[in-house]
Amino acid sequence: MEKTPPTLPRKSATFDDYTLSEIRRAASTGIYDIRGGGAKRKLPHFDDLLFLGASISRYPLEGYREKCGTNVVLGTRFAKKPIELKIPITIAGMSFGSLSAQAKEALGRGATIAGTSTTTGDGGMTVEERGHSEILVYQYLPSRYGMNPDDLRRADAIEIVIGQGAKPGGGGMLLGQKISDRVAAMRCLPKGIDQRSACRHPDWTGPDDLEIKINELREITNWEKPIYIKIGGARPYYDVALAVKAGADVVVLDGMQGGTAATQEVFIEHVGQPTLACIRPAVRALQELGMHRKVQLIVSGGIRNGADVAKALALGVDAVSIGTAALVALGDNDPHWESEYNALGTTAGAYDDWHEGKDPAGITTQNPDLAKRLDPVLAGKRLSNYLKVMTLETQTIARANGKSHVHNLEPEDLCALTVEAAAMAQVPLAGTSWIPGKGGY
Amino acid sequence: MNELDVKTVGVRGINLHLNGLPKNTNEKHWVIKNPMGQHSIAVGLSAPLQVDINGHVGFYCGGMNAHAELTIHGHAGVGTAENMMSGVVWVKGNSSESAGATGNGGLLVIDGDASSRCGISMKGIDIVVGGNVGHMSAFMGQRGNLVICGDAGDALGDSIYEAHLYVKGKVASLGADCIEKEMRSEHISELERLLKAAKRREKPAEFRRYGSARKLYNFSVDHADAY
Repeated sequence: MEKTPPTLPRKSATFDDYTLSEIRRAASTGIYDIRGGGAKRKLPHFDDLLFLGASISRYPLEGYREKCGTNVVLGTRFAKKPIELKIPITIAGMSFGSLSAQAKEALGRGATIAGTSTTTGDGGMTVEERGHSEILVYQYLPSRYGMNPDDLRRADAIEIVIGQGAKPGGGGMLLGQKISDRVAAMRCLPKGIDQRSACRHPDWTGPDDLEIKINELREITNWEKPIYIKIGGARPYYDVALAVKAGADVVVLDGMQGGTAATQEVFIEHVGQPTLACIRPAVRALQELGMHRKVQLIVSGGIRNGADVAKALALGVDAVSIGTAALVALGDNDPHWESEYNALGTTAGAYDDWHEGKDPAGITTQNPDLAKRLDPVLAGKRLSNYLKVMTLETQTIARANGKSHVHNLEPEDLCALTVEAAAMAQVPLAGTSWIPGKGGY
Repeated sequence: MNELDVKTVGVRGINLHLNGLPKNTNEKHWVIKNPMGQHSIAVGLSAPLQVDINGHVGFYCGGMNAHAELTIHGHAGVGTAENMMSGVVWVKGNSSESAGATGNGGLLVIDGDASSRCGISMKGIDIVVGGNVGHMSAFMGQRGNLVICGDAGDALGDSIYEAHLYVKGKVASLGADCIEKEMRSEHISELERLLKAAKRREKPAEFRRYGSARKLYNFSVDHADAY
């Protein structure tokens, strides 16, 4: 009798290999998984949009001869000294503590060469960072670690951090293994203990209080500095409206692909909205208040190349911010360190245990032997190269759509490849004039 | 003595003037008239001035103060002397919530009561409260001293790090990882110094000391129930 052919072993789509490994890890340790970075799941993103380009109905600009501006001015609403960037790409806030001093210096160097700003993080301003950053944005966080009025006045702009995309509604965490003597001293904490950052500011609650807080910061800095408000991608329409009401010069909106130094995996993957879904509600809030382009909007979370920049700008954003991509440009997750990543149980491109301080690339660490692997001058140059490429790519797309400035890109230059992206970006599905939610169905 | 009137020059005028004075100015004593509960009066001062504010103030009076000595002859709103670096801020009346929040140094004296979150995330400031404090005071207190001559509300010292808490009256409840601790001689000396600086008549022996059990300093799942 003929043997019954066996079916192939079949793994569950619901209980996939990663899920099974996480259940085993949780059962073994009793602790939730903590990691760095942003959401890793597949999300609707800028890849789901395309530019239409120009032909007869739109007139293109000559690629190498006709000028296409890239500058952006931030803080024009109230600040006496708005800042002007040469490119619409800024470096996001990342702390000394989560990053090495060399990495912070490299970010400052790269940003300065490219003509843009970099941003401090939870833990205060380092000498290296201020010294090598021509334009430095100083984050004002719930923890107020390292906060002092001298650094506030030394900054070029102030960013009040209310949330971030990786964990809207969550505070920060820097585990004890990264609390070196210097980090501990800057944060007024004992060495080696887990440092928790509160999720709410200690001395204000709600938008009315925030308005008073902004006023205080303006008084202390003589109304010179642009005040940014950074929010995670939670409820962008209402949050942006309230930030404007509270008196922000600039709103920084961070989608769920935006990275963090360390947070629970469950938080990163399950709280917040994708960057693409956040932009149009935010822009709509600004437009309805008559504040679009008056209060500038910076968006971050998953920006990787000039196409992403151009698409964000076309949807109404004034500038973008990069964090993860900037670290990769410095050397993070580089295959050069593959054997060392393997020794840590991971592989180049997947390393995200930034909180453990064992980064082979010397970026997310306070271990002096690892940190000195990163040459701040060379790494800074790599970052500036990357920023230049992104800018050139953005200009290429803008010219192809007939724009003499990247800010002239508009939603009408875009179409969407998926119904989801069309709905989120409020641009037509490719090959149709259909925008979900508009036109009756 | 020099006078500035909020009614005439506004809060902007007050701060512009006081922050515009050179560090070595001879015009050290200033009186602020008609504060009218306005916010952000005398914030960010960095010179060794003596400033008397004759009336009630709103939010953040004396915020980020360095070197100056401010006396508020009235009640104060939220965040009095928030993030103070050095100097003295003295409230003759009561103070609202988050007094001395995140303060790095200096002395904050509140003759009356303070509301909730007094000394939240304090980083080295000394705070002496003549009356009671509200709930969650010294939450995540990192460094410095909070002296409470009256009672403390719920969850005193929740998630506290290394701040020292001294309470004369009753404590409604202690927060996560906050415990009563032995009052040793160095604490009695410390408390004596603080009471004297705040011109209080209480005796150190009347107080009990509270601080961190240090069980939450490094995460352990066995302590997860504490939250």
